[in-house]
Amino acid sequence: MKQPIYVDNNATTKVDDKVLAEMLPYFSDYYGNPSSMHSFGGKIGYKIAEAREKIAALINASPKEILFTSCGTESDNTAIKAVLRSRSGKRHIITTRVEHPAIKNLCEELSGRGHRVTYVPVDSKGILDLDYLYDHITDDTAIVSVMWANNETGVIFPVEEIAGKLSERGITFHTDAVQAAGKIPIDVQKNQVDMLSMSGHKIHAPKGIGALYIKKGTRFSPFLIGGHQENGRRGGTENVGAIIGLGKACELAMEHLEDEAKKVGHLRDILETELLKAIPSSIINGNRENRLPTTTNISFKFVEGEAILLMLNEHGICASSGSACTTGSLEPSHVLRAMGVPYTAAHGSIRFSLSKYNTEEEIRYIIKKLPPIIERLRELSPFWQEQQMPT
Amino acid sequence: MWEYTDKVKDHFMNPRNAGLIENADGIGEVGSLACGDALKLTFKTDENEKIIDAKFQTFGCASAIASSSALTEIIKGLTINEAAKITNDDIAQYLGELPKEKMHCSVMGRDALEKAIAYYRGVPYQKAEGEIVCECFGVTDLEIKRAITENSLTSVEDVTDFVKAGGGCGKCIEKIQNIIDVTQGKERPEKKKPVLMTNIQKIRLIEEILDQEIKPVLKKDGGNIELIDLDGDVIYVKLRGACANCKTSQVTIKNFIENKIQELVSPELIVKEAKSETTHIC
Repeated sequence: MKQPIYVDNNATTKVDDKVLAEMLPYFSDYYGNPSSMHSFGGKIGYKIAEAREKIAALINASPKEILFTSCGTESDNTAIKAVLRSRSGKRHIITTRVEHPAIKNLCEELSGRGHRVTYVPVDSKGILDLDYLYDHITDDTAIVSVMWANNETGVIFPVEEIAGKLSERGITFHTDAVQAAGKIPIDVQKNQVDMLSMSGHKIHAPKGIGALYIKKGTRFSPFLIGGHQENGRRGGTENVGAIIGLGKACELAMEHLEDEAKKVGHLRDILETELLKAIPSSIINGNRENRLPTTTNISFKFVEGEAILLMLNEHGICASSGSACTTGSLEPSHVLRAMGVPYTAAHGSIRFSLSKYNTEEEIRYIIKKLPPIIERLRELSPFWQEQQMPT
Repeated sequence: MWEYTDKVKDHFMNPRNAGLIENADGIGEVGSLACGDALKLTFKTDENEKIIDAKFQTFGCASAIASSSALTEIIKGLTINEAAKITNDDIAQYLGELPKEKMHCSVMGRDALEKAIAYYRGVPYQKAEGEIVCECFGVTDLEIKRAITENSLTSVEDVTDFVKAGGGCGKCIEKIQNIIDVTQGKERPEKKKPVLMTNIQKIRLIEEILDQEIKPVLKKDGGNIELIDLDGDVIYVKLRGACANCKTSQVTIKNFIENKIQELVSPELIVKEAKSETTHIC
């Protein structure tokens, strides 16, 4: 099978060959349980400690502050629920209107259980209304959770500034950094972030592994109750291979962070500039000034996203869309709607998310293939014709 | 990813009869940009009222485009009277099959055809008037009833798949369920007058109502309910399955259950959700 042109890296990424090579022996040869008393299992504990150090290093944390989880969603759930449990009197949560479902649906569920949730709005560029956030803090506020970078638009939020403000007021701050970690520099020594979620499969480690940074001194209670693993903070036998993979992936991400950001950002810029040039009535969703270098979200007005994706698929191009039809619901992306992107554009939004594996040749191929697709679908669309008619 | 038949893919990748007929004899436009799909159907007839050409313009997903393309192929060569008998199921059948969630694409095709025929006949299009049930997608009770009867729909989810109603905020789900019940001619238990009952009698009656009236509705959405206790006039229930995690459970379901129980058992009863098992661990 011909390899696809994969520009859907905010969904998941290819496991790096070096990561895979590092992991494999821990499935075949060294399959012991780190909790065992014999050295065959016990020595695996050292490898886990090594991985923990590498993950901590990526965000300049101490290894003790890193907790392994099964995914970003588990990290998010663990963080929010731990804070609510350990601050049992307080019932107010502040988050944003553009969070990933891991936070959004969790907060909706909690609001049905007697918690009060404030959703901070964004403007048309996806920039957070910070005054709104600060104005809604009350004595009852237990936790504020703001994602570091948005998964759909790549827009980066000023989490360090928010964390600083909240720390003055003694409120726990959590950030979902699943899309940011490994792509932009993060240094928890330089900010007041209390908890930070990460995920392996967004940075070329396998699926099924995540991490949660918990600042020393933060009150915590476990989400998964069981054995003494993770210092009693999460029960369950360690996912050894995946933990070692995540360690390696973090090491590689740290080593190449700047170069890759530059290279990928350059390709992303070519892609969006050329597409905007070639396709009329197309707009970028999200603040272009402060975005992940990997991501662009473009709306092609008067056409529908699923149709675009399926035609791209015919050319082996893998992307994603915020259109209603692709989300399985009848409503388009909550992120684009929160930004006030008009329906004319929201239904036709396509997200391209690049990785270190993309080449300029691939990007040029997309630039060549996409304009005729949009043109073809617009010819089919009754609204495009109306748009073209002189008024 | 949706599973489309080869025929759907073919009609999407190679749509037949795309475009607009100038000076068409029949024109039908349905849908909108906000809804996520829209179709403009035009056709031309000969002196024998036979459709000799049909074209479409569609904004929408692959199945919307394929359904429109199929519609034009189906009606070409038919007389107006024959075309008037085409149903949304004919369109779906023509394409082999549509994913259940995409059936509304075939309904959109049928609606456009009806509108175009009304235009041809010079009669104002009789959009099923009635009362708006789903505000998000502007769907009336008559449209819902029609979809239920023509396609033998049995659940709210089915109705959403076919006419979109209930697929937005979800406020109208109870109303849709009522329409399904009425349309299917479901016998409703006679209203029971408040009479003096012992607690045991009350509990029995409440359980009966829960089994017959409430559980079937909740089960359609993967949920369930259990009677925990009756304390004076307060009924404690526990929501299970999907309902337990549903954000609207507090309001919608409580109101729905309470109304039913007040109507059928006794008007002074109120429903409360029993406190969930303690999850407090420190």
